Amino acid sequence: MKTAPAIAIQTLSKKFGQQTAVDRVSFNVEVGEVFALLGPNGAGKTTILRMLTTLLKPTSGTIQVLGHNLQSESQAVRSLFGLAGQYASVDEDLTARENLQTFSLLNGLTFREARLRTQELLEEFSLINSADKLLATFSGGMRRRLDLSISLIARPKIIFLDEPTTGLDPRTREQMWKTIRQLVQAGTTVILTTQYLEEADQLADHIALIDHGKLVALGTPQALKEKIASKKLNLTFQNELQATQAVQAIAEATNGIVQQTDNMVNVSFNEVDDITKILTNLQVAKLSANDIQIKQPSLDDVFFAMTVGKN
Amino acid sequence: MLETHKTSIFKSTLTMAYRNLLKTLHNPDKLLDVVIQPILFMLLFGYLFSGAIAGNVYAYLPTLVPGILMQSLISAATGSGTQISDDFSTGIFNRLKTLPIPQVAPLAGQLLADILRLLIAATVSLTTGYLMGWRPAAGLGWAILVVILDVFLGWALSWIFALYGLFAKSSTMVESISLMTMLLLVFLSNAFVPVKTLPPFMKILVELNPVSYVINASRTILNAGFWPTSAWIVLGAGIVIISIFAPLTVLVYKRK
Ligand SMILES: Nc1ncnc2c1ncn2[C@@H]1O[C@H](COP(=O)(O)OP(=O)(O)O)[C@@H](O)[C@H]1O
Ligand SMILES: [Mg+2]
Repeated sequence: MKTAPAIAIQTLSKKFGQQTAVDRVSFNVEVGEVFALLGPNGAGKTTILRMLTTLLKPTSGTIQVLGHNLQSESQAVRSLFGLAGQYASVDEDLTARENLQTFSLLNGLTFREARLRTQELLEEFSLINSADKLLATFSGGMRRRLDLSISLIARPKIIFLDEPTTGLDPRTREQMWKTIRQLVQAGTTVILTTQYLEEADQLADHIALIDHGKLVALGTPQALKEKIASKKLNLTFQNELQATQAVQAIAEATNGIVQQTDNMVNVSFNEVDDITKILTNLQVAKLSANDIQIKQPSLDDVFFAMTVGKN
Repeated sequence: MLETHKTSIFKSTLTMAYRNLLKTLHNPDKLLDVVIQPILFMLLFGYLFSGAIAGNVYAYLPTLVPGILMQSLISAATGSGTQISDDFSTGIFNRLKTLPIPQVAPLAGQLLADILRLLIAATVSLTTGYLMGWRPAAGLGWAILVVILDVFLGWALSWIFALYGLFAKSSTMVESISLMTMLLLVFLSNAFVPVKTLPPFMKILVELNPVSYVINASRTILNAGFWPTSAWIVLGAGIVIISIFAPLTVLVYKRK
């Protein structure tokens, strides 16, 4: 028997009035992987996550969580996943321990179990020293950690993290990454959203690139980089005048995009042959570059190539 | 087959009410409106206006105590709207909605905790009255019956404020609108003044005000020691309010 994917969504759409926030998105998330929804602000990431976590009803499309239909079995399915929202949703008027305890009880634990699990999580997330302080005294990083620990109370098979590191300083972000990797090692499936390419590249096994509610690319970080096979050529000339003349010569040699900034010219192109043509044209025009660099695409390039001019 | 589970409505509602209690313990100022306010109003009206209205404090207290009781209960009832609106803006309700609990449990927990607030408000009002010299003519048993009737009605009203809390943009707004509603309802009633002293036009307004009706019923029970028809009507009104606003609030809550 083939095991069901952690998440399977089919032509998922969400409309807010006239506006289509999510537009026929389909993808599968395999058990045990990190899946990143990558996209700029307003792309529809949170909306997708809210639909996956039963907070929002899809306008159309189907969602399956570990083989369960989300619409027909929503209350039961909720015990399979945990959610840490974009903004830490913890109870400001309670202590960290009380937060964990009440949510443990709500997750169906008995009083005794709730006490034990709370202690365990407080230790695991280095919150034990502030366990009985009110949250008003907590830093942003501590709030996030508490938020995440609350989502992990029931040891969910799947955990959703909406922009888990947005607004965190670099050190706290590293910590969060470490925590996420530990979760995956323990067998949890992680679905996270992020605006940071680096984060997706670092953590994810698969990335879904979302823009304007549409799935614009889907694959491993490596495959995405290769998909936009465009390579970059950076040429530096003596002065701006030469660079301007070079733009002409280069544009005749390639279908790629040619851009000039001061005495530098950047060319994006697909065919390796173009390099030869460009260099020949430059020679004919009696222009010689001081410096030439060829660059492989980064995930940033993929991101910008696919979402360029839209946001 | 994967193991899934659900937490019972009973346990989740009690946990939510317990959470509410914890919040209040950490922030006793949340009780200001149900503790300080009744005391303050009782003292203020009792000692400041009694001379003008009834001649002396003792003569005024039988009129005043049921009025203040209702006033503090309405004030306590507005608290549920503020709290619910607060929970929405902090994202707590979002988290609650992803838990394997019945969807209405957080709302039910809130409304359950509200009963406690209402009981505190009622107790403080009557105790202050007692300390100032008020004695229910019909005896303690009837006084307890009035508390039950008025708290029930207050609880019914808190469903209306809860619904408002779901619609409002911010809890500050809920607070100020609720305060205004409370002041209008209470001051345009017979809570503090005998109706016969009013000009004709005000008289009509005051007599139309349902709060006057409730206070009249309470006074009759406290002073005469029997259960009048008006008390049945108040009870019925409470049931009607709950059967309209509870499902409506739950519906709006679920769709949010
Ligand atoms: N409740 C809502 N009502 C109306 N529009 C919404 C609502 N939630 C999100 N949107 C719109 O949907 C689009 C996607 O939003 P969102 O999913 O939050 O993006 P992201 O999380 O990728 O930044 C945005 O244009 C946003 O304004
Ligand atoms: Mg978002």
